[in-house]
Amino acid sequence: MAIKDRMSGNEAVAYAIKQINPDVMPAFPITPSTEIPQMVSNYIANGEIETEFIPVESEHSAMSATIGAEAAGARSLTATSSAGLALMWEELLLAASNRMPCVLALVNRTLSGPININCDHSDGMGARDTGWIQIYAENNQEAYDNFLQAYPIAEDPRVHLPVMICQDGFITSHAVENIELMEDAPVKEFVGEYCPEEYLLNPGKPVAVGPYSVSNYAMEARKNQADALLAAKKVILEVAEKYEKISGRKYGFFEEYRTEDADYIMLIIGSAAGTAKQAVDDLRDQGKKVGVLKLRVFRPFPADEIVEALKNCKAVAIMDRTESYNGNGGPLGSEVCAGLYRRKADVASVNYIYGLAGRDFTVNHVYDIFAELEDMVENGKEVEQFKYIGLRD
Amino acid sequence: MENYSLKEVMNKPERLAPGHRMCAGCGATIGVRAVLRALHEGDRAVIGNATGCLEVSSYMYPYTAWEDSYIHNAFENAGATLSGVETAYKVLKKRGRLPEDETFKFITFGGDGGTYDIGFQSLSGAMERGHDMVYVCYDNGAYMNTGIQRSSATPMYADTTTTPAGKVSNGKPQYRKDLAAIIADHNVPYVAQTTFTRDFKDLHQKAEKAIYTEGSAFLNIMTPCPRGWRYDTPDIMKIVQLAIDTCYWPMFEVDHGVWRLTYEPKKKLPIEEFLRPQGRFKHLFKPGNEHLIEAFQAEVDRRWEDLLYKCAR
Repeated sequence: MAIKDRMSGNEAVAYAIKQINPDVMPAFPITPSTEIPQMVSNYIANGEIETEFIPVESEHSAMSATIGAEAAGARSLTATSSAGLALMWEELLLAASNRMPCVLALVNRTLSGPININCDHSDGMGARDTGWIQIYAENNQEAYDNFLQAYPIAEDPRVHLPVMICQDGFITSHAVENIELMEDAPVKEFVGEYCPEEYLLNPGKPVAVGPYSVSNYAMEARKNQADALLAAKKVILEVAEKYEKISGRKYGFFEEYRTEDADYIMLIIGSAAGTAKQAVDDLRDQGKKVGVLKLRVFRPFPADEIVEALKNCKAVAIMDRTESYNGNGGPLGSEVCAGLYRRKADVASVNYIYGLAGRDFTVNHVYDIFAELEDMVENGKEVEQFKYIGLRD
Repeated sequence: MENYSLKEVMNKPERLAPGHRMCAGCGATIGVRAVLRALHEGDRAVIGNATGCLEVSSYMYPYTAWEDSYIHNAFENAGATLSGVETAYKVLKKRGRLPEDETFKFITFGGDGGTYDIGFQSLSGAMERGHDMVYVCYDNGAYMNTGIQRSSATPMYADTTTTPAGKVSNGKPQYRKDLAAIIADHNVPYVAQTTFTRDFKDLHQKAEKAIYTEGSAFLNIMTPCPRGWRYDTPDIMKIVQLAIDTCYWPMFEVDHGVWRLTYEPKKKLPIEEFLRPQGRFKHLFKPGNEHLIEAFQAEVDRRWEDLLYKCAR
């Protein structure tokens, strides 16, 4: 039986953590993710879960202790945002390369500076090449559902990699919305017990973690790690299928919203997809053939599947909520364009930078973008291939 | 512990196997083996290690010299990493995923660079939170792994590759940090400073106390580095004896807040005795530099008096 409730995205993730009842959570406060460790601490203080919380002195130590606990054989996690994730950067690489199936709840917030506490994806996108699986949510329901799927993906022997469950700071993390929660029992069964194969605290079977590796071995280790990240694609879909059976909610690499016959598609990540869908509904009412492709899984990058979903449209607006400072494209823009080019898909595109540091992104922006794509394709209007939207004049 | 016999403890199985790649005569491995001898037979351990000489030379894939479970994570986080391991132990015990009769001890090793400097915050956090673990600093007084750069543990006037003695430089300008005292000020149950003595009794007893005292413990062990200090490698025990007899490296413990001197030289030797055999202090013995040795002596005396005062309280 589903439980109907109302909660914020942070509450939803904390509730998922409570239901999973993991072993160890080291964390350090940072806005807007702070509520997650606070809520977990409350569950612990009231004897509702057996998790051990480590109130570490920095995010670097949070990820270091998460790795230590995970290596020791404990199901472990942390939560952070923005500068916290940046401070963890070295350790993110180590979690992935040491093949630690731990989980990080990322509440996306812009990186400094200027210092600003609001949402964009510069933190998550900055960590895109650290070897983590990255799954983004549009709303609190998805944050909850994605979090419950994190350990089954991470701990699968074909994967054995850390998973980052991302949601938009404040927009999702603090806004209270309706949500459908699962009962504890099916969650427990779905997530299962953690049974690591090799771990530090395995009596009589010592292991060594974190070797120095000479050039004769290090490159193969990287390749194995890259292969595991690719293998995660299959596992992500399998886990989503199992989850659909118990929840009735369907997940994949992305959600295709009214794209089947669309001439113009907006490819977007996170909460802004909700705004884009509303605008698409409005434009469809006016007879425009437009749709939204909302990317859920950014790592591993589902390039083949994205190209397949885009190949029949006339133009795509690729939306990046972060700046890459290269004058050529944001992370999503660059990777999608490379994917289209390699697969010889002849789809025009414009890469828009939007919503930095919490800048509002509205249906009007979406109307303007679709109008611009149409003008470009139908009237041959020259459009910059990489541009900002929503800047003040 | 009262019936300590070097011969007896040397007969215990080695927990750091030979075949690692540390330099001949390296003080670090001597210190590590001595600490591991203090583990009771039958007790298991998880060993942590900050990046440094010890780590890159003892666990080079696919070979490990460690008989116990071992984790190296990065340079600056040996304290935090082991605090995660120790917490995992607590929760696995609590949840019945480890047999009741299994005992694991947690010991992490870091050089002075990884401990006094880049790992200081992580160490301080782990000690303050009171994890049941021992942090062992093998203090050789510089970043030896990267090629003898100064650390905050480097003695004043030492010639290092980032504080070279030159025409207008006398080596490192600053005094060294007193880390054992700083960790003692965290009010952890046990802190000790030690080094090698002929029977290794002082080190053994302190290591055993550190490992078997509940809560956080810190052990600071002076482990000479023949490359960085530039003395004749076989002279390691002479150098160490001079360090303690000049009171450059006092041996003491702080057991639940009570400071105790564990070695007092019969005759306190002048600091030159310790400095002269080491190439890193060669420039101090040039004519005209006598005042540098006087300043060094004055600082050693000041710290020694301060320690005597703490121990007399």
